[in-house]
Amino acid sequence: AAALPRFEDHARQERKFTTCYMCACRCGIEVTLENGQPRYIRGNPNHPINRGVLCAKGNAGIMKQLSPAKLRNPLMRKPGSERGSGEFVEVSWEEALDTLTERLREIRATDPNRLAYFTGRDQMQALTGLWAQQFGTLNWAAHGGFCSVNMAAAGLYTIGQSFWEFADPDWDRTRYFLLWGVAEDHASNPIKLGIEKLKRRGAKFVAINPVRTGYQAVADEWVPIRPGTDAMLALAMCHVLLARDLVDWEFVGRYTNAPYLVIQNPGQSDDGLIARDGDGNPLAWDPEQGGPVNGAEAGATRALFGEYTLPDGRRTKTAMTLIAERYLDERYSPEQAAEVCGVPAETIERLALEMGHVAFNETVEIPCAWTDWAGREHDSFVGRPVSMHAMRGISAHSNGFQSCRAIHLLQVLLGTIDVPGGHRAKPPFPRPTPPAIKPAKETAPNTPLAGPPLGFPTAPEDLVVDAEGRPLRIDKAYSWEAPLANHGLMHMVINNAVNGDPYPIDTLILFMANMAWNSSMNAGSTRALLQAKDENGDYKLPFLVVVDAFHSETVNFADLVLPDTTYLERYDCISLLDRPISEPDGPCDAIRAPVIEPDRNVRPWQEVMVELAGRLGFPAFVDDAGAPKYDGYKDFIARWEKAPGVGFLAGWRGRDGDTHLRGEPNPDQWERYVENEGFFQYHLPEHMRFYRFANRDYLEWARDVGFNPSAEPIVMELYSEPLQRFRLAGQGLYDGPRPSDPADRERLVRYFDPLPGHYQPLEQAQVDDDSFPLHAVTQRPMHMYHSWDSQNAWLRQITAQNFLFMNRQRAVQMGIGDGDWVWVASRNGRVRAQVQLMEGCQADTVWTWNAIGKQAGNWGLSPDAPEARRGFLLNHLISELLPEREQAPRHSNSDPITGQAAWYDLRVRVTPAGPEEEDTWPQFETAPPLPGQPPAPEQLRYHTHEPVRIHRTLRDILMRK
Amino acid sequence: MRLGLVIDMDTCVGCHACAVACKQWNSSGTLGPLTDYMPYGEDPAGVAFNRIRSYEVGDYPHNKTVNFPMSCMHCDTAECVTVCPTGASYKREEDGIVLVDQDKCMGCNLCAWACPYGARELDEDSGTMKKCTLCVDRIYDEELPPEERQPACVLTCPTHARFFGDFDDSDSKVSRLVRERGGQQSLPELGYNPVNHYLPPRNKARAEQAEAPAMSLQERLRQWVDKAVTR
Repeated sequence: AAALPRFEDHARQERKFTTCYMCACRCGIEVTLENGQPRYIRGNPNHPINRGVLCAKGNAGIMKQLSPAKLRNPLMRKPGSERGSGEFVEVSWEEALDTLTERLREIRATDPNRLAYFTGRDQMQALTGLWAQQFGTLNWAAHGGFCSVNMAAAGLYTIGQSFWEFADPDWDRTRYFLLWGVAEDHASNPIKLGIEKLKRRGAKFVAINPVRTGYQAVADEWVPIRPGTDAMLALAMCHVLLARDLVDWEFVGRYTNAPYLVIQNPGQSDDGLIARDGDGNPLAWDPEQGGPVNGAEAGATRALFGEYTLPDGRRTKTAMTLIAERYLDERYSPEQAAEVCGVPAETIERLALEMGHVAFNETVEIPCAWTDWAGREHDSFVGRPVSMHAMRGISAHSNGFQSCRAIHLLQVLLGTIDVPGGHRAKPPFPRPTPPAIKPAKETAPNTPLAGPPLGFPTAPEDLVVDAEGRPLRIDKAYSWEAPLANHGLMHMVINNAVNGDPYPIDTLILFMANMAWNSSMNAGSTRALLQAKDENGDYKLPFLVVVDAFHSETVNFADLVLPDTTYLERYDCISLLDRPISEPDGPCDAIRAPVIEPDRNVRPWQEVMVELAGRLGFPAFVDDAGAPKYDGYKDFIARWEKAPGVGFLAGWRGRDGDTHLRGEPNPDQWERYVENEGFFQYHLPEHMRFYRFANRDYLEWARDVGFNPSAEPIVMELYSEPLQRFRLAGQGLYDGPRPSDPADRERLVRYFDPLPGHYQPLEQAQVDDDSFPLHAVTQRPMHMYHSWDSQNAWLRQITAQNFLFMNRQRAVQMGIGDGDWVWVASRNGRVRAQVQLMEGCQADTVWTWNAIGKQAGNWGLSPDAPEARRGFLLNHLISELLPEREQAPRHSNSDPITGQAAWYDLRVRVTPAGPEEEDTWPQFETAPPLPGQPPAPEQLRYHTHEPVRIHRTLRDILMRK
Repeated sequence: MRLGLVIDMDTCVGCHACAVACKQWNSSGTLGPLTDYMPYGEDPAGVAFNRIRSYEVGDYPHNKTVNFPMSCMHCDTAECVTVCPTGASYKREEDGIVLVDQDKCMGCNLCAWACPYGARELDEDSGTMKKCTLCVDRIYDEELPPEERQPACVLTCPTHARFFGDFDDSDSKVSRLVRERGGQQSLPELGYNPVNHYLPPRNKARAEQAEAPAMSLQERLRQWVDKAVTR
């Protein structure tokens, strides 16, 4: 055989490790460079997140780097041009930052809340939050309020961990896996790796989703549920488990608040609160002594069931009694749930019994000595190998918080939290339920906030409202309208600021958030609000700063554009202080290090933030003389400490880099990360890997390294006393702040149920089913999600137009055929879309891929791109406000508990479009190109070296032809 | 040697990672560049050696989605080779990889018509036919660590649904998988004897149900009345 040529000149290539940013998954990558250009990006085999694999997005990183939509220079809105026209002049960084600094200096010296700073899908909330705190504005949050706060909050208020970033199914041991809702967005590669393990082992995979796409394709069983009814399904499963006594009583009794005594005193201020002794300890009933005991004390024997009268005469029931009474009621029978969910009762019963069988008959036991929080020794970890994952489909409903709590209740009854085969926490989780951090309230000129802007209220006193109960935050987070808005309500900021409700602001900084398009509900109205002027002709939102790397629709509305770098061009840290990438077996963090020099006049936003902090004299960023303390972002990350020894990066701390997690700053820390392929992974010893809510060695270690404030065991709150306090406030019974608006009172009473219940999503309850008979939701394409910021040249070859997907039989009944154009109407408006019919769609549901539709002229695309002409944006149909009410202000279209944007509550009507109507509607004016923007190439032939061909010999042709 | 791929339809979730990894590697590979037409325009398309097709089987609600990645099958009886008028298309004797000599190809398209799998792609810019090379420029590159000498699609697959190996070696992973999982050829009736095989979806995992009598709230509360747990 002829020898093959040498294809790659490795001597001219260089391999560098960094972290992917094509989505929020944060996989480790190795970038091979050739002539300063990326030759090949592959998954890092040693990286804990992706173990060498990489998704379609990660593989398309080269085309993000090449995107013609990259911003090139700071821009200011062209003098005299209208906001939103997309007309700009290029300015220097000096001019841009001087302008911004002066504006911010004045705001900070007068009323810091006149600055609102909201960030999109960034991974640097620890830094942006610190920056806002140092600035002194309450008006900061990231995008969690329209992403997944319901998921995070429900977990943290219930089990001290949650799905995705805070815990994972035990892929190596689970025997039964339930996937609730669309999850292709979070997480990408880890879930795919996990699903393959399940399939290989023959574990059962059940997918609960109105739509069968993505991971659901390979599920053993698909449960096409009606959108927004998951709580009912989960609670009916609880009903079956309770009715059959398939409950891990040891687990429930020991590790949750199920034995605590709940006061039964209707009409009084203590009704529904947990009975406590004089020191505030929760009471339980000791059946042997026949009296109340400190329920939190080690060794206390506590009745799980019963009604007990306290010595002071107050009547109580155990929380477990309330749980049994609630869910064993026929309201939660499989037959009732079948009506609500559209899932047959037999299926619900069977799934529950299958889980019961796996949990109690296929128990996993890992022999390993461990010590519980009370010092008792155990010789093994017992696990119940049922696990679950839930994400957007649960979160994005206005009942998502309670739905997610219902799923956690189901997990706890089965005894599956942080046990082998179950749902394993990822350090720094578990944390106390909820973490003891309260949101800041007070602001003063030139003064940092006393605490972080975001936290976890547990009582009405913690709300961020004034003496009259009015919201203090621009997004009304932590007001009576959204008391547990742990991630803020980014989707309401523009609306509220422009309407001066609760007050007008001066400057809004948006980072990586496309609020003029796919990140806003009601995108058209948001765009109009950004252009709204007062009677003097001034914009009601005076100054909009947009920070992004690409030409998004929102860039067109900016007064000042600050161009960011791409992920291959900058330093970043994926910090344990932020959104961790830990694994169940131990904490992990990671960095990005630049692999490519920017070829444009752009700066990493982190660098700019550190510089602005120095210019504005934030105390944490300047020395005693007021001079900037840090030489840029990299220096800041290496030296800044949150608490002694605790910084952004956990690996290789200490002067010599020989301590981990907690230690003095190490000047060579970045270099150590680079040497270790860009990540740090800490391996917990086996005896600290399970039952961590009650595992003494783990809890003491977690305290010592600064994860938790104490080594107290974490008690799971099946019965939520914080919710009951708010409900009492709604009932007018709470000894403390109470809302004055009757509508707020009613919402607190109805939704702040201390035990999870099902309620119809708010919007659905208020629109007429006959007028809008279909549910409309979005799914996340695995090959695009979070990666659409450059409409990547390779990925858009896979999807450049989104369709309205409908159940085939239902569409045929409606006279709608495959490929037809239709009008999709909601109470908020209408869009025109092209239909594709499919089997894998629940009959009452239509759906589409999220965020494929674009405004013409953006993202480096030609104006005739299918994204702009044929693709559509479902957001136009979704109102950010609930329907009008009589004599009362409108509420935001959000979960009434957490303020989570209720994207998935949408109801629509679908009708055939006219014969000439074969493009999308609404259309917006084509955005003009940005100054200096190179024209997009009509053809691409990307390569980093001349190809080395293989030739067939003439002899071979002659001999074998 | 007969080199080829095994693709596991039981775990393929249709994520397109393999297709994009292939595009990425081969853009600067031996057949590169792979031209993209209208990359930012009206009809984005480009040369790709591997494409994912998705099908639905069965009617709602008993439907299933099957993802079917397709690239060159490196057939034993490769009709695309037979029909090539210039000898540009050939099947390597030593390992069975079907390749196209870019300097001999005149872009006549006969091979594309002959291929029932749609595996051939005419690069309109170079005017030549291109196709999956099994990453011949990776698998024989001795400067790469052994574990990296794999096709890019196999290395990247997030559900480990792709395997590469020698079908002549009865002990290779691919041979064993085909044997143990009932691997199938695509369109075997056409007689091209494709080397690549597909593993059909495994039988659905079955779960037993717990056997326990159902009781009402009152009965259960009576039964549970003495239930206590030590903290």
